[in-house]
Amino acid sequence: MAVITASGLARTFTTKRGTVEAVRGIDLTAERGEILGLLGPNGAGKTTTLRMLTTLLAPTGGSATVAGCDLARDPAGVRRSTGYVAQSGGVDPNVSVREELVTQGRLYRLPKAEAAARAEELADALGFDGLLDRKCAAMSGGQRRRLDIAMGLVHRPAVLFLDEPTTGLDPGSRAGLWELVRRLRTDFGTTVVLTTHYLDEADALADRVVVVDQGVVAAEGTPRALKTEYTGSPDASLQDAFLAITGRGPAPADTIPVAV
Amino acid sequence: MSSVLPSVLSDTALIFGRYARQTLRSKLQMFFGVLMPLLYLFFFGPLLTDVPLASEGSSWQVLVPGLLLQLALFGGSFCGFGIIVEKQYGVVDRMRVTPVSRLALLLGRVLRDAALFTFQAVLLVLAAVVMGLRAPLGGILVGFAFVAVTTVALSSFSYALALKVATPQEFGPVVNAATMPTMLLSGLMLPMALAPGWLDALSHVMPLRYLVDGVRAAYVGDYTAASVLYGALVAAGLAVLAATVCARAFRRAAA
Repeated sequence: MAVITASGLARTFTTKRGTVEAVRGIDLTAERGEILGLLGPNGAGKTTTLRMLTTLLAPTGGSATVAGCDLARDPAGVRRSTGYVAQSGGVDPNVSVREELVTQGRLYRLPKAEAAARAEELADALGFDGLLDRKCAAMSGGQRRRLDIAMGLVHRPAVLFLDEPTTGLDPGSRAGLWELVRRLRTDFGTTVVLTTHYLDEADALADRVVVVDQGVVAAEGTPRALKTEYTGSPDASLQDAFLAITGRGPAPADTIPVAV
Repeated sequence: MSSVLPSVLSDTALIFGRYARQTLRSKLQMFFGVLMPLLYLFFFGPLLTDVPLASEGSSWQVLVPGLLLQLALFGGSFCGFGIIVEKQYGVVDRMRVTPVSRLALLLGRVLRDAALFTFQAVLLVLAAVVMGLRAPLGGILVGFAFVAVTTVALSSFSYALALKVATPQEFGPVVNAATMPTMLLSGLMLPMALAPGWLDALSHVMPLRYLVDGVRAAYVGDYTAASVLYGALVAAGLAVLAATVCARAFRRAAA
């Protein structure tokens, strides 16, 4: 059964210079326990799509259901069963780790004692249990990212949206994060939708990849199927498939300035 | 619907608690706002003691109500700065993805602001008593109530504006452009009773004019004066309008 279905999801922004079609019509589905990778060049509409699916931004067209709740008719239902981790995270560096986790649990309407216990449990499971009473600013980049994800998991959501979760992390932290996402799927059947610029990440982690370009879905399928279809070989890199799909090759040599 | 109201209240308490704890941890935030009105009290107040102000009571009974509303005006109007920073950290969105009441996201913050500036108003009045203010307790309490309601109104407007602009660099000048004329045209420093006819007429378009007139009447014990009623009505109307505008901004807040 599909946990996420979106059809024709669109968002137009009105600016001083006219209207901008950030997302022009996205169709996608995700099954329970699936890890879905959202790929696309900068400005393709990935973040806007996630912001619509998490009720942060009202769509200007199309419809979607998330965890059985209609985006337009039951936004509160969508919020109860989804977690969202933005690129910027979402913790105040001057507040303690424990306070942020407990507050987030309470905002998701957990009783006080349960929110406190859940903060301990997540810190333990995600490996920052010694840091609960430190300020968020005192954490390393990798620890901060795990805290950001813990913030999205306090209420045990059926669906977790991660916007570029590994950007800026060292290789060890990235591998740890991949492991965490896989564990969420196997232990809790969580559906995870993540955007990424790292094609190796999508290749290693995602069951299925949706390539978004200029606000529409340009291609979708398993990493293997995309490689075979767009490069003719399942052994090609997803990078080659991606470049073939979006038609954006490397910049031609003669446009690169010799000196700046 | 029966479960909606309690959740607004408990959500508001939760948001209030978070921001009140942050304020209590910051001595700078607790005391800095009262500095400007205190400077006026110490270095401007003594100039007025022998000046005819065309008002009842002593010069302190005229000046202190103005300084109280000055505190609420500047304090409340700049509250939005905090949320611009929070927006950049992603804190606002992270709260908005939860089922928390949108109204509570506003109310929790503005109630903290009202508590903070009422606390500073108490400090200001204590200093004024040392300087020579004598006013009935009832009037002083009415003054605190006006500070609280005015803060609710102005900090709500401030958050609504802050949710719309992208950077502190845009926010500051806009707020300055609104607060300075408001202060001058409301007669906060000196009563508009001294003003020529055109300035007095112009001042009547400023909502704060009615508030300061109301507090000045209360400070001389004239609780049944029409100006107290008008002041209370304008303050309450302003607060409701501001809260409505700002709650809508929280519901819609785009990036």
